[in-house]
Amino acid sequence: MTPALHDAPTANPGLDDLLAGTRNETILLKHLNDLTDWHRARCPAYGRLIDVIYPGFRQARTITEVPYLPVGLFKTHRLASVPEEEISVVLTSSGTTGRQPSRIYLDRETARRQSAALAHTMSRLLGPQRLPMIVIDSKGVLTDPDHFSARGAGVMGMMNFGRRHFFALDDHMNLDLEGLSAFLGENCSRSFLIFGFTFMVWQYFYRRIEGAGIDLSNGILVHSGGWKKLQEQSVGNAEFKRRLHSSTGLSRIHNFYGMVEQVGGVFLEGSDGFLHPSVFSDVIVRNPLNWQEATPGSVGVIQVLSSLPLSYPGHSILTEDLGFIVPADGAGDREKSLVVTGRVPSSELRGCSDTHAYSAAAAS
Amino acid sequence: MNAKSNLRQSFANALNLRNGDEIETLEYRGIPQWNSLAHMQLVQEIETTFDVMLDTEDVIGLSSFQKALGILSKHGIDITA
Repeated sequence: MTPALHDAPTANPGLDDLLAGTRNETILLKHLNDLTDWHRARCPAYGRLIDVIYPGFRQARTITEVPYLPVGLFKTHRLASVPEEEISVVLTSSGTTGRQPSRIYLDRETARRQSAALAHTMSRLLGPQRLPMIVIDSKGVLTDPDHFSARGAGVMGMMNFGRRHFFALDDHMNLDLEGLSAFLGENCSRSFLIFGFTFMVWQYFYRRIEGAGIDLSNGILVHSGGWKKLQEQSVGNAEFKRRLHSSTGLSRIHNFYGMVEQVGGVFLEGSDGFLHPSVFSDVIVRNPLNWQEATPGSVGVIQVLSSLPLSYPGHSILTEDLGFIVPADGAGDREKSLVVTGRVPSSELRGCSDTHAYSAAAAS
Repeated sequence: MNAKSNLRQSFANALNLRNGDEIETLEYRGIPQWNSLAHMQLVQEIETTFDVMLDTEDVIGLSSFQKALGILSKHGIDITA
């Protein structure tokens, strides 16, 4: 049963308490519970899904209990919690061959929350100043700002942290070496930002400049997008960093894990080499045999939680990625650490009978 | 030209509007022209026109003409002139 209208939360859960403090699971849980109510009241399909999958559900007592949707539902169903006229941007996932992309509907407020959250997380790494910025991509990725691909949204989101943006690639992925030299001539004596997708940074940037004696030692590289293609070349995170450092002097290299379904709530690689949730997000790894929380160290399916989305019910999503939580070493208050190991084989989690129920409920 | 009318011109240039258009009530993403890409353009226009360096917080906070005035004032520009 959908909650009666008078139960529907009207005040949008602001982010001030999260922006102000350090990571706090009690506050985060309150936000996630508020968002479950918020979306049940505003997105009828989501409301039906929760009623079917979690009959009688009212409140999660722990973050593990927060209801989650498989990410595939954003490909097959239109899930929005705002009227059509309030949608200002539609994001689509890159979608591997032959698959439908996710479609994520953003209103102004959700887009604003995402930007503010990303800035909060990135400023820990980059400081408050915008840095001269190399984008390892082509300008063409930004052609239609109202319908961004995952790549376009990623580039656009990161551009807020840069100035004098230099797009290093053309539409055919050729590196503009001349432009790169000019950029470095002007900016290499102080910190500058480099952003790109992991595979593109490796293939179209690093592989073109390795051995060329280019000095990137003042650069901070932030990259994202998955390791699948690099694993085929037997390049993992450690090798990626080692090779870039030895040929360009680049030592500040940070991977992040994020997805178009939860823009803003990124998991950023710390100096320990692991991914950590931001103050706005959390992660749970689930054992695909029983969907219970997996023990630290064992690989399972990654669920991501974010306090940001108001315009679509994406605050708790079961991804199609595999990974594990790094077992605590007894230090006690250490941050939660995640390692992403790959994709669920042939995705879409067909083995889970729930998928069918989810789809049926969403369609009804 | 005073700061306010310079700022109006920056908005008009970056968002492809005419200076006569209603600019002072604009809000980010409130009109199709003011999308995320044009926003970068606007930041650049403001930085060039007023010779200031906006930081990340300013770029995120620059969500209306009025907010832009506030940001300029924070950077020591006399917006009453």
